[in-house]
Amino acid sequence: MLQINDLHASVEGKKILKGINLEVKAGEVHAIMGPNGSGKSTLASVIAGKEEFEVKKGSLALEGEDLEDLSPEERAHMGVFLSFQYPVEIPGVSVTNFMKTAINESRKAKGLEDMPANQMLKLIREKSELLEIDRKFLSRSLNEGFSGGEKKRNEIFQMAMLEPKLAILDETDSGLDIDALRIVANGVNKLRGKDNAIIVITHYQRLLEYIVPDFVHVLHDGKIVKSGSKNLALELEEKGYDWLKQETVV
Amino acid sequence: MAYTEEELKKELETKEYEYGFYTDIESETFPKGLSEEIVIAISKKKEEPEWMTEWRLEAFRVWQQMEEPEWANVTYKKPDFQDISYYSAPNKKPKYESLDEVDPELLATFEKLGISLEEQKKLAGVAVDIVMDSVSVATTFKKTLAEKGIIFCSISEAIQEHPELVKKYIGSVVPQKDNFYAALNSAVFSDGSFCYIPKGVRCPMELSTYFRINQAGTGQFERTLVIADEGSYVSYLEGCTAPSRDENQLHAAVVELIALDDAEIKYSTVQNWFPGDKEGKGGVFNFVTKRGLCEKNAKISWTQVETGSAVTWKYPSCVLKGDNSIGEFYSIAVTNNFQQADTGTKMVHLGKNTKSTIISKGISAGQSQNSYRGLVQVNSRAENARNFSQCDSLLMGNRCGAHTFPYIEAKNKTAQIEHEATTSKIGEDQIFYCNQRGIDTEKAIALIVNGFSKEVLNKLPMEFAVEAQKLLEISLEGSVG
Repeated sequence: MLQINDLHASVEGKKILKGINLEVKAGEVHAIMGPNGSGKSTLASVIAGKEEFEVKKGSLALEGEDLEDLSPEERAHMGVFLSFQYPVEIPGVSVTNFMKTAINESRKAKGLEDMPANQMLKLIREKSELLEIDRKFLSRSLNEGFSGGEKKRNEIFQMAMLEPKLAILDETDSGLDIDALRIVANGVNKLRGKDNAIIVITHYQRLLEYIVPDFVHVLHDGKIVKSGSKNLALELEEKGYDWLKQETVV
Repeated sequence: MAYTEEELKKELETKEYEYGFYTDIESETFPKGLSEEIVIAISKKKEEPEWMTEWRLEAFRVWQQMEEPEWANVTYKKPDFQDISYYSAPNKKPKYESLDEVDPELLATFEKLGISLEEQKKLAGVAVDIVMDSVSVATTFKKTLAEKGIIFCSISEAIQEHPELVKKYIGSVVPQKDNFYAALNSAVFSDGSFCYIPKGVRCPMELSTYFRINQAGTGQFERTLVIADEGSYVSYLEGCTAPSRDENQLHAAVVELIALDDAEIKYSTVQNWFPGDKEGKGGVFNFVTKRGLCEKNAKISWTQVETGSAVTWKYPSCVLKGDNSIGEFYSIAVTNNFQQADTGTKMVHLGKNTKSTIISKGISAGQSQNSYRGLVQVNSRAENARNFSQCDSLLMGNRCGAHTFPYIEAKNKTAQIEHEATTSKIGEDQIFYCNQRGIDTEKAIALIVNGFSKEVLNKLPMEFAVEAQKLLEISLEGSVG
């Protein structure tokens, strides 16, 4: 599904990613771990197509199609979804209205008519139940005055609504208490399927107890320095990142 | 590729004004210049009674002593008042009994503007008075309204047929000497709309006036007078457009609202005068005085969506004279390119338990300057007056400006006055967030702006809220795509 070869990327002239190789197949869940500043969020932004991040070298393809020249919205229409670490507020725009716009814009890009209102309502009802979201929540302004947990739950709700092929969850566990974490993880697990893939970016092993990955990669200084099974996450939890840093130096 | 702020700004600048056409309609236009003779000639042309001519001359004499105000946060080359023609009227007879008599060119003009008079005739819901250049050309639904005793006609007609009402109320809220432009308007106004709702009558439809400047080198000075008698209700809407021209055109209107005991007037404006081109050339100077008077338990609500004009200078106000009266002001002002707006309101609390609410949303893009200027004044006898003001500004790009000038004068200790203000910027992060969800930049801006303006858009009559929403999108996004 996603193929990344020798990817180098910079922001404001500063090299952040220094040769990433990663292949994610349909049906897989990959976890990307690593210390602060290792380039985890940059990788997420580069895949989503954020302008400030400049790809210097290497390639990035989704289902064989090169992503480099595509705008963020075109990538979204292809099925790329990013759950933001810090979701932005849009005052006066309700969660429902935002989702309606997003879904219909994607449909338009595919040459489809707007989704009929009753179908939209049904979808919203179904997905909000999945994430145990109160109906009142949906008429509130997007992310305005939301708690950390509500923001993250709302991100996963959007993921559920848009049914992406490739979902990248950037630090979705940060700011969540244990109950919220369980609801969010539960939601994500229900969205796992053989046709889609998920990349989970996280600092801690905690989230991975709930969303069990098929592969774990450790990112350090813009490179994947170690890949392994879910057990790698446990090892990291126990030993920290330092032994890996030393290992790469050796 | 995704948009940078730079590209975003460029895109915003490519906006085009879609009402910039000019219609070739034969008109009778007075020679340029202003003097007592011209004032008398206008009055004569309109076959006005002597008291009206005198009233105009009084205004003209006061105006000659006055100076153009300079306190507003706008800069422009002052109009040469001797280089304007003060009267221009489509050449055919200005009054029509039915639409069949209206010049087909004129009807086509309104079709282009999206106002189909034919349709208005069929669809109940909105009665329209149309003012082209200086003259009211058509008023629809007169008969239906007359059955309820509602008078809705051009002000010229009202001066002829209801002189007692006009004489009593004209200038009662905005006196001739009120300010420079009000004085000028009082002297030379050539038409406008008049509306009277009798006691206890709830006007069954929206009343609407549509203003259009067509001729070059003319000014438009219309005068609107709305009287809601005791216990009555009316909702009124005005819309405006003008052709795109290199020169600046002057529009100096006066609107007076009178809400007698227990009456309610809702007055909405969608102002889309030509704003000038993207280099800031041309455009309408919009210097307007709007004020309403509330008697006991009366309510006046101003809602305005201002997207046009090169320079706007406008403060729809409420004088809360009667006890328990209510004044409201809801405003969205959009400026782009080189537009300048200095707009806001005055809430003057005279009666006891009077309440006012001000919600102002300013949106600035390009190199425009957008100012909110508002006065909340509580008189010494206004016990328990309350005011709530909220002024929000939204900026796009780094070259525009948003300014807030709130004035508060409280002379009664029981007054409660609240003022809130925020300034925000459409961030690249917001745009990227929308992009990531599949929403392109143009649509994202529309979404953010509409969200920002929602509290005010919600106050517009349903039919016009959609139109206003579209207008906001057009004003900010250009004709791209």
